[in-house]
Amino acid sequence: MLAFVTAHAVAALVAPWLVRAVGPRAFLGLAAVPAVTAVWALTRTGAAGGAEPPTQVVGWVDQLGIDLAFRLDTLAWLMTLIVCGIGAMVLLYCSRYFADGDRAERGDIGRFAAYLTAFAGAMLGLVTTDDLLTLYVFWELTTVLSYLLIGYHSESKASRGAAKQSLIVTIFGGLAMLVGIVLIGQQHGTYRTSEVLAQPETGTPVVVGVVLLLVGAVTKSALVPFHFWLPAAMAAPTPVSAYLHAAAMVKAGIYLVARFAPAYADLPVWQVTVLVLGAATMLLGAWRALRQCDLKLLLAYGTVSQLGFLVVLVGTGTREAALAGTALLVAHALFKSTLFLTVGTIDHAAGTRDLRDLDGLGRRLPWLAGGAGAAAVSMAGLPPLLGFAGKEAAYEAFLHPEVWLSLEGATLGVLVLGSVFTLAYSARFLWGAFGPAQRTPRGAGGDWHEPAPVLVAVPVALGVSGLVLGPLAPLLEEVLLPYAAQWPEGAYPVSLAVWHGVNPALLLSVLTWLAGAALFLAREPVATFQARVPRVVDAGRGYQRIVHGVDRGALEVTGAFQRGSLPKLLGIILSVLVALLGAQLLRGVTWPSEVRWADTTGQVGVAVLVVIAAVAAVRARRRFRAVFLLGVTGYGTAMLFLLHGAPDLALTQVLVETVSLVVFVLVLRRLSGKFPDDPSVLNRRMRAVLGVAVGLVVAGAALTASAVRFRPPAAEGLLETAKSYGGGDNIVNVILVDVRAWDTMGELSVVLAAATGVASLVFLRQDAVVRVRRQLQDSWRTRTHLGPSGDGSRMWLAAGPQLEPRRRSTIFEVVTRLVFHTVVLWSLYLLFSGHNNPGGGFAAGLVCGLALALRYLAGRGYELRLAAPVMPGLLLGAGLFIAAGAALLPMLFGYQPLRTFIVDVEVPVLGNVHLVTSLLFDVGVYLVVIGLVLDILRSLGSALDDQIAAEEVR
Amino acid sequence: MSPNITYVVVAAVLVGCGVYLLLSRSVIRALVGFLLMSNGVNVLFLVASGPAGEVPILGEGDGGPIADPVPQALVLTAIVITLAMTAFVLALAHRAWQLGGTDLLDDDPESARIHRKAEANDTSDDETVQEAVDSIAAGFADEETGEERR
Repeated sequence: MLAFVTAHAVAALVAPWLVRAVGPRAFLGLAAVPAVTAVWALTRTGAAGGAEPPTQVVGWVDQLGIDLAFRLDTLAWLMTLIVCGIGAMVLLYCSRYFADGDRAERGDIGRFAAYLTAFAGAMLGLVTTDDLLTLYVFWELTTVLSYLLIGYHSESKASRGAAKQSLIVTIFGGLAMLVGIVLIGQQHGTYRTSEVLAQPETGTPVVVGVVLLLVGAVTKSALVPFHFWLPAAMAAPTPVSAYLHAAAMVKAGIYLVARFAPAYADLPVWQVTVLVLGAATMLLGAWRALRQCDLKLLLAYGTVSQLGFLVVLVGTGTREAALAGTALLVAHALFKSTLFLTVGTIDHAAGTRDLRDLDGLGRRLPWLAGGAGAAAVSMAGLPPLLGFAGKEAAYEAFLHPEVWLSLEGATLGVLVLGSVFTLAYSARFLWGAFGPAQRTPRGAGGDWHEPAPVLVAVPVALGVSGLVLGPLAPLLEEVLLPYAAQWPEGAYPVSLAVWHGVNPALLLSVLTWLAGAALFLAREPVATFQARVPRVVDAGRGYQRIVHGVDRGALEVTGAFQRGSLPKLLGIILSVLVALLGAQLLRGVTWPSEVRWADTTGQVGVAVLVVIAAVAAVRARRRFRAVFLLGVTGYGTAMLFLLHGAPDLALTQVLVETVSLVVFVLVLRRLSGKFPDDPSVLNRRMRAVLGVAVGLVVAGAALTASAVRFRPPAAEGLLETAKSYGGGDNIVNVILVDVRAWDTMGELSVVLAAATGVASLVFLRQDAVVRVRRQLQDSWRTRTHLGPSGDGSRMWLAAGPQLEPRRRSTIFEVVTRLVFHTVVLWSLYLLFSGHNNPGGGFAAGLVCGLALALRYLAGRGYELRLAAPVMPGLLLGAGLFIAAGAALLPMLFGYQPLRTFIVDVEVPVLGNVHLVTSLLFDVGVYLVVIGLVLDILRSLGSALDDQIAAEEVR
Repeated sequence: MSPNITYVVVAAVLVGCGVYLLLSRSVIRALVGFLLMSNGVNVLFLVASGPAGEVPILGEGDGGPIADPVPQALVLTAIVITLAMTAFVLALAHRAWQLGGTDLLDDDPESARIHRKAEANDTSDDETVQEAVDSIAAGFADEETGEERR
């Protein structure tokens, strides 16, 4: 069964290409997939009805116990035939429904074909799966695909609105259902549907879960009060309506009810929900259908009504009702798809589907009229069609209540009244579609064109099959019985047949026909009456009100907090932090029983310096003073790291602080010397209060967090494994490149994104980037020309002649020339020794970046280009690529990603080289950090130089 | 575990000063505040990492208890990300200066507009949604217009 679901998925994937290649004819090929599935299901008829139905289990998510389990019992078999049989017919119909067009139109049709085929596959999975969680996955797949199909005319606002409405309603139900599934699955200890149904529990959690399942079914099958989405969904192309909103998707709710009825139909809450909502839906839908003028809408409301009918039958939980329900399920799928496709053909041929405008189609399309006639007669419940056999069985099933004044007795009344309405709207459909026009047609005659044979043949074939199955009802009963036989036989057994002799059910049917005919003949007064009666249930408006309310709520909340001022917004966020944590701290927390004032006296000295610098930074009015004081706190923090026993941190912090200073200077040369803001006294006081409050809260949180900690540090086990498993002495570095390497990988991505952001904020246009590329190419050429014997060797820096004499500093150039290569070598040393000594990719990259910064400061952009004639993007990309490669490489050999290997290699001259594969990862880190610094120097350095120079010229 | 009061004081002062500066309208000042705060938070990691100790490198030191290496690794990544952040915010400040001649943050007009609309209970913005739903309702559910046409 998994193979067939997969086949649908593959067909959906290739559908766009197929349509692009051969046009709408591609639907013929796509139709073969469900057709083959249906034929396969037919060959399994006997097995499905047997004691051991065909099953298939493939493991999927073992950790969660989710399997791709499939089970083809009678109900699944029936639904498979409906889903795939009608699916194949609808796809066949589509091959001529869509006119072939240009490339763009073929693209649209291809998308449509993919969605429709995928939908058939999802639906097939939904009805055959035996795992509750997989069922949910397929369920939501059908929801999403239905959304895409309803919104097919994406340029139409109504279409988009309808699609969104159906999505919100059915997703709401789906999520409720998921909660129900989890409740049921956890209580039973299994998510296998057949196992749950074999031994159903009845505790309160299970009852709640069952109710939530019903919510899912009710939304999907468009029962009151969620019925409103279905008529609106008629914005979809007609084949979609025929398939999703008549034969398949809306039946998913019916399927769910039918699936769980054998286990839970006895629950009182189930009985009330199913019977009351089903009966109300049946009446409401039929009543509304009576007054529709759009044929498609008439059918849509008719579908709502029939879904209510079906839910009542399959949800009641007796053998008789279940038999009638499954028979009507088949009948409904056949006649409703026939009628929808008929409307599609009429719309196609006549250019309208308003029943008041259609004139004389019975003469023009006699075959179509015949097929639709058979279907409508089946819908109305007249002999000898399958619809009649089903309805007769339904009457019979409810005809023997113990007490007439009961839910069951009332249900029979509703069924009869609903059937009266059904007959009347069936007649209205036939008369409207194929009878004479009821008003002067408005230009409909001119649009007429003969429909393609397929557009007539498909509905006729479906309609005739209902006619054939009517007399064959006893055979159908035989294959459906294994499902209904899950209940014991009642006192008044029911059988499916067109003729049972004269009995109360037949008399009730005759009564239905007479009343229905009268209702149809009296349609004018009825319409007048309907117009006068106020709409009692208007769930559509209720839905709109809820959506509107959410919009209003969002506006109020946004308006209340988004004042447009960033300081205010940050103030609100920080106030919440203070209020929540502060309240908890004041209410009483565990305070530490003992404290250490300091570990060493050196700490206290550094701390005093840092505190003074921080307070002074707050008071600074000049930018450079603030940045300098910030640097003091940074270097002080590095000192604290060193005293704490964290040399890696101290090294990196010092390097970062230095690079930061360079970056600040590069940007601040453009800005004014003093800070431009001069806040009021009140403003400053409020900020000071908030600052003190946040500081106190942080201190309190730090103290109490230390006090309540009782676990030993997580690093204890690392001391041994760092060497044996990670292959390094420096535990911090082993953590970075091995234990928490995914974290480092994420960080590299952030660095890359930030660097790209910096470049794009400075190089605003593409031509600026192109200019830089050209300059880089020049640099390459210069490098190759400046050999050891060239002019270059006589200068300290290659950029020397390019610089303005008054900006040159010979000492700086000499120092740069002397230390550059040494510093780069040092960075390589840090990189390679970092696994065992302080260093590693981060520190090494920063050192190399500082060497580049030196070259830039001495010789500006020209010198920088000579020093590193590559685009920073290349380094960033290559670094991330290498790091990701190091992560994925072990997977090729069947190990966990990022697994470290330790290799000792004998190299002739160097001797024994101890290689650890995580070094490769560190090389990636190294390149990304160099890329970041180079990017900063290029963007905020030389690009700004160029801008300044350009301004001076102007 | 007994906390180190010196660290706690340093962290609290850095964060408090950072908050004061973060609430400024000057982008650079806010950035300085942000960086003070991140230094403070990094010191908080030291509070969590317990007492000072030997360097967490096997074979180094005098054999005393070593400092907890896990918080160190966390802080190391934070430091480098802070550098990337600094560069990005400075580029933003520079761009703001290019466009407006200053790095002062003005009020966001869009947020101010939403605020005014909320004050006025004006929901005309979701008219588009409303129109769409109404047109569905009009197209599908009414027979009044049909009768008018007749």
